[in-house]
Amino acid sequence: MTEPESTEAGSDSPIKVFLVDDHALFRSGVRAELERGIPDVTVVGEAGSVDEAVAAVRHLRPDVVLLDVHMPDGGGAEVLRQLRPELPDVVFLALSVSDAAEDVIAVIRAGARGYVTKTISGRELADAVRRVRSGDAVFSPRLAGFVLDVFSDRPGAAPPGDPELDLLTRRERDVLRLLARGYAYKEIAGELFISVKTVETHVSSVLRKTQLSNRYELSRWASDRRLV
Amino acid sequence: MPAAPLLPSGSPALVRRRSGRFVAGVAGGVADHLGVQVLWVRAAFVVLCAISGAGALAYGLLWIFVRQESSEVARKLGRAERQQALGLVALGIGAGLAAAALGNSVVGWIVGPLGVAAVGAAVVWREADEAQRRRWTQGARSGMLAGGRTALWRVVAGAVFVAIGLAVFLVGNLQLGQVQFALLAVLATLAGVAVITVPWWLKLVRDLGEERRERIVETERAEIAAHLHDSVLQTLALIQRQADQPREVVRLARGQERELRHWLYGPTGYGRSGSGDPGLDEGLAEALSKAAAEVEDTYAIDVRPVLVGDRPLDDGLRALVLAAREAMVNAAKHAKVGEVSVYVEVEPAEVHVFVRDRGVGFDPDTVPGDRHGLADSIHGRMARHGGSVRLRSSPGEGTEVHLRMPVAVADRQNPQEATS
Repeated sequence: MTEPESTEAGSDSPIKVFLVDDHALFRSGVRAELERGIPDVTVVGEAGSVDEAVAAVRHLRPDVVLLDVHMPDGGGAEVLRQLRPELPDVVFLALSVSDAAEDVIAVIRAGARGYVTKTISGRELADAVRRVRSGDAVFSPRLAGFVLDVFSDRPGAAPPGDPELDLLTRRERDVLRLLARGYAYKEIAGELFISVKTVETHVSSVLRKTQLSNRYELSRWASDRRLV
Repeated sequence: MPAAPLLPSGSPALVRRRSGRFVAGVAGGVADHLGVQVLWVRAAFVVLCAISGAGALAYGLLWIFVRQESSEVARKLGRAERQQALGLVALGIGAGLAAAALGNSVVGWIVGPLGVAAVGAAVVWREADEAQRRRWTQGARSGMLAGGRTALWRVVAGAVFVAIGLAVFLVGNLQLGQVQFALLAVLATLAGVAVITVPWWLKLVRDLGEERRERIVETERAEIAAHLHDSVLQTLALIQRQADQPREVVRLARGQERELRHWLYGPTGYGRSGSGDPGLDEGLAEALSKAAAEVEDTYAIDVRPVLVGDRPLDDGLRALVLAAREAMVNAAKHAKVGEVSVYVEVEPAEVHVFVRDRGVGFDPDTVPGDRHGLADSIHGRMARHGGSVRLRSSPGEGTEVHLRMPVAVADRQNPQEATS
């Protein structure tokens, strides 16, 4: 929620999306779904490898990059590592079949603004693209579940080093729980009697904590992948 | 440097550098291991050389016993650094000789010939290193004298050096009778041979370890291939045959996906994030995943459980799993949607299960008869074990069943009061 207004104006020109996935079949499937009946999202290009993706994204400057987690030569995390520092305005959304906690956490910690599974429908994917474009985070129910699990206080766990980053507030926990139960942002807002904007703020804050916290499980996954 | 990695041992393993080295990469490897500059390590070796050549000895021993790093890391030895290293080597030799000269003559006699022997051994050992590298690149197994004539010459030269060194050492230090001399010469030769062949023995042992590791990887790969063949290819064949029945195709694909996930990431299908208790053979998480899978298979819908935490099953939790399964079946039968969300959270004092669909929903006050009965069966099951059920639904809005089951708090050795 750092740039609330500047991106809202994107409704007149379509959001430029770039696809990175090593399976050509999957790329063409996503392209077809996004181009069919979703006017405010346009696919400006695609790449099948880390190097191609880095070069093309540098050149095309898309708004949102849909990033496969698993690719040869390092996968999505490698693309993020190479592009994030120089292109802070480009938003990355991870897209994967894996669902394995370590992969998801690795790519989130490398800087992706969200994570969705590849079984997502075209309409939901477009929603997710719009959401990350406007500066919010996107959590699949499973990602919400992982994060809740990681941040839960179980007996015998090490005390948090930095409470600011290593603990979730009660509200954040409530929002995550509802996300994990399959609620949409609007439904969460209704359930908790808060505005959709506030829900978005909570989710973004959870994303930030997931990216920066030193909690053992998170840093272990990250260090296994040489991310920190 | 944000967030240093929390590895059990913080420093990288001690290996000799393969690139960017001056002699054998020992100093560089030690520097990497200790996290200091190479120059300091080299200087330390030089200083140690002044103490009866201990630095040279240490360097030699590390050269023998520390393995080379297995992959090439791009490092460059700059011109200045090369000159500096050369200077340090000369300085080290000088320091060793000076110490020998300053000390009594016996030390000088020992250091001199043994130095010659050490040079010989070094030549041989260096050869062993290169032979191994060549074998890696060619992938061919080779014996002791692989690599043609130059290698042979080097080994011979090294052996001669060792022999001369030992002979001079013996002649200079001892006045002996002929028999004793012959005996000692034989012993010295044997010792020399042993010294020369040490690196091969060491490498043989290491190669065996490496080979075993490779074999394990190979076995694993074969297992994966077999698994893919047994399950995934079969399913793909089935899908092709039933391509005109989309419902069946979805069911097959989903079942296969779940099975593969189970195989790859364990019972819950996406790995456990830390609460994992390896001693637990079937916990709540696995039982619920199984129940969800059964419902998926039976009704050809998508049930995606999200599980937070786990604990061993007891009677109450078994009832909870059955009730949850019943709720999933209800959703599958009546909601008229393809997807059901299941969320399970284990809290210290109770376990919550939410089963939710975005289907047609109904008005709980005017429940159709069959549905009412099922809700009762869920309710009865939960109530018998002290749990409770909350049902939320309205026409067009979908349905959510919330099951809550209290659990015994102090059933583990960790009865720590959890804060919420």
